[in-house]
Amino acid sequence: MAVVRKKINEIKFGVFSPKMIRKLSSTRIYTPNTYDEDGYPVEGGLMDPRLGVIDPGIRCKTCGGRLGECKGHFGNIELIRPVIHVGYAKEVYNLLRMTCRSCSRLLLTEDELKQYDIENIRDFEREDIEKTAMKVSNSEKKCPHCEAEQKKIKFVRPYSYYEGEDKLLVTDVKERFGKIIDNDLKYLHMEIRPEWMTLETIPVLPITTRPSITLESADRSEDDLTHKLVDILRINQRLEENINSGAPQLIIEDLWALLQYHVATYFDNGITGIPPSRHRSGRPLKTIAQRLKSKEGRFRKNLSGKRVNFSARTVISPDPNLSINEVAVPELIALELTVPEEVSDRNIEGLRKLVLNGPKKHPGVHYVITEEGRRRVMDENKEFIAENLKIGDLVERHIDDGDIGIFNRQPSLHRISMMAHHIKVLPYNTLRMNTAVCAPYNADFDGDEMNLHIPQLEEAVAEAETLMKVQECIMSPRYGKAIMGGRHDHVSGMYLLTKKGDRFSRVDALKLVRDIIPLPKNKKSFTGKELFSLLLPDDLNLIYKAKLCRKCDKCRMEECPDEAYVKIENGELKSGIIDTEGLSGTLLNELFFHYGSDLTRIFIDKSTKMSIRAIMTYGFSVGVDEEDLPREALEKIRKLVRGAEDRVDELIQSYNKDELKTIPGRSLKESLEDKIMGVLGKARNEAGSIAEEYIPQNNASIMARTGARGNMLNLTQMASMLGQQAVRGSRITRGYYDRTLPHFKKGDISTKAKGFVKSNFKVGLNPTEYFFHSMGGRESLVDTAIRTARSGYMQRRLINALQDLKLYSDGTVRGDGGIITQFVYGGDGIDPMKRGYLDRYMEND
Amino acid sequence: MIERDIPESIADRLESMDKNKRKEFLDSYHKALVEPGEAVGTIAAQSIGEPGTQMTLRTFHYAGVVELSVPLGLPRLIEIIDARRNPKDPRMIIHLEKDIRKDEKKANEMAKKLLEVFLPDICDMKIDVKNNQLRIETNDEDIKKVLMKYTEDETGGDVYVIEKESLYDLKKIQNKLAKKRIRGVKGIKKVFIRKEGDEYVLYTNGSNMKVVYGMSGIDKKRIISNDIRQIYETFGVEAGRNIIVNEAVKVLEDQDLDVDIRHIMLVADQMTVTGEIQAVGRQGISGSKESVLARASFEETEKHILMAGLRGEVDTLDGVPENIIIGQPIPIGTGMVKLAIKSSLAPKKPIEGKKETAGENKVLDGKVSDVKKKIEKLDSADYKALIEAEKKGENRKTLLKWLESQID
Repeated sequence: MAVVRKKINEIKFGVFSPKMIRKLSSTRIYTPNTYDEDGYPVEGGLMDPRLGVIDPGIRCKTCGGRLGECKGHFGNIELIRPVIHVGYAKEVYNLLRMTCRSCSRLLLTEDELKQYDIENIRDFEREDIEKTAMKVSNSEKKCPHCEAEQKKIKFVRPYSYYEGEDKLLVTDVKERFGKIIDNDLKYLHMEIRPEWMTLETIPVLPITTRPSITLESADRSEDDLTHKLVDILRINQRLEENINSGAPQLIIEDLWALLQYHVATYFDNGITGIPPSRHRSGRPLKTIAQRLKSKEGRFRKNLSGKRVNFSARTVISPDPNLSINEVAVPELIALELTVPEEVSDRNIEGLRKLVLNGPKKHPGVHYVITEEGRRRVMDENKEFIAENLKIGDLVERHIDDGDIGIFNRQPSLHRISMMAHHIKVLPYNTLRMNTAVCAPYNADFDGDEMNLHIPQLEEAVAEAETLMKVQECIMSPRYGKAIMGGRHDHVSGMYLLTKKGDRFSRVDALKLVRDIIPLPKNKKSFTGKELFSLLLPDDLNLIYKAKLCRKCDKCRMEECPDEAYVKIENGELKSGIIDTEGLSGTLLNELFFHYGSDLTRIFIDKSTKMSIRAIMTYGFSVGVDEEDLPREALEKIRKLVRGAEDRVDELIQSYNKDELKTIPGRSLKESLEDKIMGVLGKARNEAGSIAEEYIPQNNASIMARTGARGNMLNLTQMASMLGQQAVRGSRITRGYYDRTLPHFKKGDISTKAKGFVKSNFKVGLNPTEYFFHSMGGRESLVDTAIRTARSGYMQRRLINALQDLKLYSDGTVRGDGGIITQFVYGGDGIDPMKRGYLDRYMEND
Repeated sequence: MIERDIPESIADRLESMDKNKRKEFLDSYHKALVEPGEAVGTIAAQSIGEPGTQMTLRTFHYAGVVELSVPLGLPRLIEIIDARRNPKDPRMIIHLEKDIRKDEKKANEMAKKLLEVFLPDICDMKIDVKNNQLRIETNDEDIKKVLMKYTEDETGGDVYVIEKESLYDLKKIQNKLAKKRIRGVKGIKKVFIRKEGDEYVLYTNGSNMKVVYGMSGIDKKRIISNDIRQIYETFGVEAGRNIIVNEAVKVLEDQDLDVDIRHIMLVADQMTVTGEIQAVGRQGISGSKESVLARASFEETEKHILMAGLRGEVDTLDGVPENIIIGQPIPIGTGMVKLAIKSSLAPKKPIEGKKETAGENKVLDGKVSDVKKKIEKLDSADYKALIEAEKKGENRKTLLKWLESQID
């Protein structure tokens, strides 16, 4: 196995000196022509063969390497007149202001300089030095060294400098910088010669970094950078000609400025203040800075983001027969993905059989790596390779049942978006998983796709298996409680099974638990609770309140009419119903922290399976009549709404009469709105509780109360009324002048004109109500779209700020540069994910 | 960890336990500890970032409890981690000093003192277009003081007249006067008084910690603002850190999102690690990282690379993003540990390097007893050279002793 050794110790950044640029250069580029009439690259042109190779079959004239071997070589362009490096334009300006215009010393007296330790200038000290030095020239004082008068220097973006009225030429700048002594630069943390910030020669990137593409029509299309370099060469040549022929100063300066523009845009084509350089088609050129910058740039796209092999992606679908730590992989994918396995005397026979299967039959082999090298297994040579298989060879075999794969769904917002599953190769074309693991991935099966990665090294497999396996991730690192477990129909099913009442004969019970857990002998009939108890460890003792609990003032314990008091004694469910709190809440936490992750996994597998059997035995469906309310309740609600409307009318009247009492800190109008909202909100809540009272114990209410799906609000919206619709947190005000819709009179601020919906989903909404409801709905859609973008950026920033923080062996949390952020993690050193171990000691708190 | 390393908060509780329970507890405690190498930062960031997608942009203020609703939800959370200087909705809660806290009158007085009042709020200000005059009618002493600077002409006691040649100038003065704060504390836009238990508490819209804290009559121990910067500037970093934690917890709790407080504390601690409050982002923590590559891969790529060149910066590649960029394992978690082997367990045959020296002296290969035999068989052995070779090679002490004894 390859040994990973740290190869790069550090990276030093710097600026090339002109000397270095020339030294690096394989050839000087002087002509703007790239190809001659025959289509061969011109010597001294931008496609000079000494710059590297991009065409197959040609050898590099510098190093003799072929395509792929030769990495390319730099060239250089000698500029006739120096120009400013745009990236450093601001720095050049600052340095000009900090140094004397005649002797080029730093504008600080010797005494002032002596205050600082030249070998160790801190950042804030540097800023001080810069400030004091600039003060001298800004206020046109004298140089403390040569007594020369300083002038104020003006900077005109992006790259011109004026001293008083006179323009400072780049040659002047260069001359001044050349005189700055190295010692002064140390005070400014400048590790390079400042004259290097002006360019007398520029490097030409190797052609491998700016390859030209040959189109179908045999035309060559050059890279943006080549275009830019051509521009530079052209102007450079014209400037040279003009200087040599003694053209007027004005023309020379114009051309010089043009050269400056082209060199500037060669580095960065997005400088504010100058028009971007464009392609003939009008598209702005992508020059060096654009290649590195932002999301699609080299850094974020290619350097921080890596692409991988040994991965698969397809649509997902549910499979309740898989364990939560399994993933079903289609055979088609299994034929492509491989794992290396070393041949030993224990597995040689097995691997030989695999090799004989070839690459196209499932448990087969793609490559065999021997001492001689890597050999592709094909139908033609598989017998030969199988025969010669030696101990120590590596066999890249197809993935098979039991291998580890890392399963992932984007957006990968937290670490449990990637978990390790055991692979199970099965027919058909989707990746399949147990529905209990949907929660951490936030997956559903309406067309979601997921990715699968196959770790290749033993080390990676071991890490994935101990740290990333699904059962190790049952507890959320965010809050230390279970995020997986039964949900939806699992909960409904378990409710039906564990509620008081039915007894199952041995035959019926067997139907429920077959293949899940054996039934105890010598017992003729079972209650649902007894069947569920089979899944619990024998020494489990636990008391908790189910989701069903109404939080009565005085708990009636075992006598609870809702059976919300769950009591487990020695692994026997004595009372209570198992709902979400059991399948993915307290009970699951208890199991995880006191019986371990493997048992918890098995519990989830079995309990969900059993509850699905139960729900299939009982049957479970919801219909419109589920939300029917008795006439009496409807009458109550109608009265309630009328009352609320009357209250609002009263409020409006008193508002019109100016008799309304204002809420402190609010204007009259705001107070009115607040009060109306209050009345209507209350009306909706009351209507809700009336509905809740009258909705019978049926499947819909079972789902809401056990936490399987939906909540009481959803039900009351179906049964009694929707309530006030809101846009921007207040009643609906937009639409026409002084009114929301033409259905109302101008200035109407009554309930129905402002988006109060008194119908319910079952009866249906009238047109205006429907419209208001849509307004509210649209707002929440827009809201979601904006929120994802905003929270995504927030998370990126958080991750970037905190990613270096880790826990050191001494218990401290340190980050960037070993600076201690916390002496003890979280003040007590406790992992939020594992805090459940201490839950039983927290009861007193 | 052994017992004495346990934090005080837990040590206290240990005292009250008997021996068995203590052992059981310590067991659980050790199980619950974070493991060295854990990427606690990333986990904290994910734990705060992930629920962000579930938050609402705007919370619907509940009617009736207007005073208590603060801008919550995602925008406020972003505001907190940005440590923004001017929060959208700054608020203060001010308790009064012991002797006046039950006095409604005093509370009202205090509220009046706090509330900022602008000139146009308490007087009539009109432009007389005909005569090019700005007429202000007032009987307020404070306003009079302000107006003294603009006009000397005091017609009829309570009416002030400012004359200017053009209407434009008058309008300008009017606008200027409109912004004049006559009384109250700068920034306090609204004050309301609530009765909590039997004391009166002031709630304000707008916050100005520095000034309010200096006022007499308030309880200096029970005054709070939701403006992070103001708290930091008035009370220091530790208070700043606490207000970050408290405010973030408030937002998350309001949205019914369960996030362990340790994650939030870590973020707050990192924001204040320098002794000042740093924002999370390019202006703050991410922008002041040591590594060039880490900064360049976040935001403002060109700026960081150019400046790194100028300053001759060296990236020592210690962090996470740098190592990802150059394709090396990251120094976190399992990437942090290295393998060390006790010399007695190390492979007898050295893997590299040592092989060559051993090659020169094949005599020294093998077990000590075999080597002795081989050397004895030799006609004339250069013991000194052998000792040197052995010292460079496997450095077996018994063999060295034997060789030295052979010289004599």
